Amino acid sequence: MKIPILHQGEILLTSIQEDLTDHDVLSFQDDVVQEIAGTEAKGLVIDITALYIVDSFMARVLNETAVMARTMGTEVVLCGMQPAVALTLLQMGRELIGVETALNLNHGMRKLDHLIEERGSDHV
Amino acid sequence: MSEKRIELNEERDVLTARSMGRELARNLGFGSADQTRLATAISELGRNVIQYAAQGSCLLVNESNERMLALRVVVEDHGPGIPDVEKAMQDGFSTNNSLGAGLPGTRRLVQEFVLKSEPGHTVVTIRLIKRNTQ
Repeated sequence: MKIPILHQGEILLTSIQEDLTDHDVLSFQDDVVQEIAGTEAKGLVIDITALYIVDSFMARVLNETAVMARTMGTEVVLCGMQPAVALTLLQMGRELIGVETALNLNHGMRKLDHLIEERGSDHV
Repeated sequence: MSEKRIELNEERDVLTARSMGRELARNLGFGSADQTRLATAISELGRNVIQYAAQGSCLLVNESNERMLALRVVVEDHGPGIPDVEKAMQDGFSTNNSLGAGLPGTRRLVQEFVLKSEPGHTVVTIRLIKRNTQ
């Protein structure tokens, strides 16, 4: 596992700190999905503060990962997107980021709590 | 340094090319948004090379002068070529079920974009250009 996935209570936390090849990105997706399946994580935060380049492939995989996680009952928030990255993705195509995003980890955790609560109340 | 060539033989090489492109753009005086755009464009084009041609090259050329900052990137391969360039340049079209951002998305990131493709040879030339305010 190249990118560590940390546990904090029922939240999984992962931070991508280096440039990833397409293969690495797909491995990351596998690792995340396996971790979610193996735990009962209610939420997942993916921190991309360190990424100065997010191209369409990574954007797609991040989106997919979020959809897969949600299907498994886990809410996902992407946090720390660099402004230049956000701008580039917007310019490349409108729907490139389909994941909930947050400014930083603090905001990300709060947003996650909110999403988890919302999801919980859907089942009432 | 006026010119730098990176051979693209595997995925890692694309990472090298894009971060060198980003660094060169920064050294020339382009802002962070432009640096990221350029690096992302190289990433998209580099991926096409590895995916469809298995190998190719990326050339970074500094064409700046007193009036403008200019960086030209030429991504070239000797693969099968793009059978329908017009279609490939259409938004939403994709051969591998990706978002389809590929070529049209890349074109939106740069000031100049020229694509030439025939069986055995594909060359994409992009340029990042900005008025020199230094």
